[in-house]
Amino acid sequence: MSTTPLPPDAEAILRGDRRALGKGLTCAEAMDDEALALLDALWGSTGRARRIGITGPPGVGKSTLASGVIRAHRALGRSVGVLAVDPSSPLTGGALLGDRHRMGAEAGDPNVFLRSFGSRGSTGGLSRAAPFALDLLDAAGFDVVLVETAGVGQTEIEVATSADSVAVVLSPESGDAVQAMKAGLIEIADVLCVNKADREGAEAMAEALEGMLDRAPPAPWRPPVVRTRALEDATALFEALEAHGTWLLEGGRIEERRRRGLRGRLRTLVHALLAERLLAGRDALLDARAGEAAGKRRSLLDAARSTVEEILR
Amino acid sequence: MSAPSPRAPLPRSPRPIRVLVAKAGLDGHDRGAKVVAQALRDAGMEVVYTGLRQTPEMIVKAASEEDVDAIGISLLSGAHMTVFPRVLELLKEHGLSHVLLTGGGVIPEKDCEALRAAGVGMLFGPGTRTSDLIQYIQREVALRRAHSA
Ligand SMILES: Nc1nc2c(ncn2[C@@H]2O[C@H](COP(=O)(O)OP(=O)(O)O)[C@@H](O)[C@H]2O)c(=O)[nH]1
Ligand SMILES: [Mg+2]
Repeated sequence: MSTTPLPPDAEAILRGDRRALGKGLTCAEAMDDEALALLDALWGSTGRARRIGITGPPGVGKSTLASGVIRAHRALGRSVGVLAVDPSSPLTGGALLGDRHRMGAEAGDPNVFLRSFGSRGSTGGLSRAAPFALDLLDAAGFDVVLVETAGVGQTEIEVATSADSVAVVLSPESGDAVQAMKAGLIEIADVLCVNKADREGAEAMAEALEGMLDRAPPAPWRPPVVRTRALEDATALFEALEAHGTWLLEGGRIEERRRRGLRGRLRTLVHALLAERLLAGRDALLDARAGEAAGKRRSLLDAARSTVEEILR
Repeated sequence: MSAPSPRAPLPRSPRPIRVLVAKAGLDGHDRGAKVVAQALRDAGMEVVYTGLRQTPEMIVKAASEEDVDAIGISLLSGAHMTVFPRVLELLKEHGLSHVLLTGGGVIPEKDCEALRAAGVGMLFGPGTRTSDLIQYIQREVALRRAHSA
């Protein structure tokens, strides 16, 4: 890996060239050949940043909290790279990316870099592109890399889990704790945050979450439930994330967690590459088998199996 | 890394037009900018909305990090003859000369002409139909993308 000279764009990103990073993130978003080359070149420089994920239903206050968390890191002199993912319209592909607005004051700080992504309605695309974008921010040398996603779909949840520490944010109006559990949000949380603690119902929600955790099978880390009023500060969330970070650093836990995360990403990539390789030039075969299934000469499942047999023969 | 590079795992679809919508100056409401932002989104663009009281420095920092195709600045306070030239200057400094700079506000015709001569794009008065703005951005960005490809 180190024998080949770095491509100029990779070198610029490592040097801290922000314009090069902005362009690199565009490549990562598209996951094109250029992006793959860039990520190949920068892979050796990843793994130094502390990665934080913030997820939860829309409108609970994630961006407002994120700006508080960023401020707390900045107060300690740490630079912060942020990836904020907002949903795209599946109909038009358009998106209104408003997280930068919420993080206004922090986004202007020269030691904060913020990039917004639209989810572009793709189930597979984002889950591959976003973790690579985090790799780029990491390689670019930020001390902290933070990703915000709206926990609405499996993909957004997956993206958050590529972080070292994941905060799941709920609020009294985001539905009850049971709904959050059904959406798979609670099981990925390292920290549970009930925001809008100034609103009625917040304490009841926090208690319901504690109750759920009491009933869950014992785990090495029990996610703390913190209450925040993000419009005032996010200190409780910041401190809980720091505590989880410290815990991870003990006894090689972080290496283990990252290895597990990379295994998941590897699996997704191998899946995509295999499918592409194996299906290349097989349009005629697919057409023929689909025709047989349409004409009821085979069942669809049988057509799929025989397609696989033929491809692997 | 010497093996032939595997093809991209995803088909390449054209990137939506990305636009930064910012409100510069000290006046306090951004209803107009929000309406524009929503219209651009509905036209299939990715709109990075930055909100009120953006300085030229903040606008260009955002344009660079967000790698946008265009910047739309809404401005009512009469500061257009300082804001637009300053943004243009900073864009050049940051290697972002390809970014379309457009916007709207109450701007006298002769100022519009002076700004256009300096390299700013079309500026739209109050009451402009958003469809005109959308078409303008689509056409301009297509040209600029073709030029830099
Ligand atoms: N009452 C109250 N409102 C809040 C609090 N935190 C955020 N908000 C408001 O909730 C709305 C959504 O916040 P935002 O951070 O954009 O949420 P996100 O969609 O989860 O990123 C905004 O109007 C915030 O001002 C809070 O602690 N209390
Ligand atoms: Mg948000």
